[in-house]
Amino acid sequence: MARVVVDVMLKPEILDPQGQAIARKLPQLGFEGVAAVRQGKRFEVEVDGPADEAAVEKVRKIAETLLANPVIENFEVRVL
Amino acid sequence: MDAARVGVITFPGSLDDRDAARAVRLAGAEPVALWHADHDLQGVDAVVLPGGFSYGDYLRAGAIARFAPILTELVAAAKDGLPVLGICNGFQVLCEAHLLPGALLPNAGLHFVCRDQRLRVENADTAWTTGYTEGQELVIPIKNADGRFTADARTLDELAAEGRIVARYLDLNPNGSLGDIAGISNAAGNVVGLMPHPEHAVESLTGPSTDGLGFFTSVVKRLVGA
Repeated sequence: MARVVVDVMLKPEILDPQGQAIARKLPQLGFEGVAAVRQGKRFEVEVDGPADEAAVEKVRKIAETLLANPVIENFEVRVL
Repeated sequence: MDAARVGVITFPGSLDDRDAARAVRLAGAEPVALWHADHDLQGVDAVVLPGGFSYGDYLRAGAIARFAPILTELVAAAKDGLPVLGICNGFQVLCEAHLLPGALLPNAGLHFVCRDQRLRVENADTAWTTGYTEGQELVIPIKNADGRFTADARTLDELAAEGRIVARYLDLNPNGSLGDIAGISNAAGNVVGLMPHPEHAVESLTGPSTDGLGFFTSVVKRLVGA
């Protein structure tokens, strides 16, 4: 069984109010010096068979078809 | 002449399909219930994708509905000129299906917004807006969590230059939508996405106005006149 991770992030130019809300809270918790927070999504996809290039390619296809919207998001695929 | 037949697609999680069907009827057309899992548009003359939370919107708003069986037929028909109006979740589905550019993101203020919203009609030439005049102001309800229209700068410039911004928010921008955009169309003007809910403003008893009825009468007039 291959476990393949897909990290999905909003493109850098797109406003991320969730990340901003988190960043605003940090100084109140005593965490100084944080310039910014961006919130994303992580998917762990279990694929039958070995963790080879074919498995990664399959998950890449899943990511660009469904998991990420390329209009607003970038994604990265890697084997866990 | 027979009444125009306007389909309203129901997905699991649709909320406003009945109100949309009622608006269609009040506009003088016959509403036709369409089911997400059918590969069948039943020969309708136009389609409304209603508001709600299709398939729960668990991944992104509209992301799963885009792959609903009936979308295969809808996308092909829309590209052939079938009038399609996506309201709220329907707008999100049309963007995910790439019938319209851009995407709808969570409101900039992060809260669900529900209010009577002033709009200005920017394009009165689309299949769904000929009953209005350019610059006409409307008050219709808006209610969404993911209404922030976003597109890259080039797309925004194209939409503005080609007159494809159908309506903009007035007074305040309820969701951080770029350019105060409340609705857009495709290049041909047959596909329109709108974040506010015209189907909730078709009768004075239940809506803040009857300003929303024009979207439905516009398409009916076009169909009957065709």
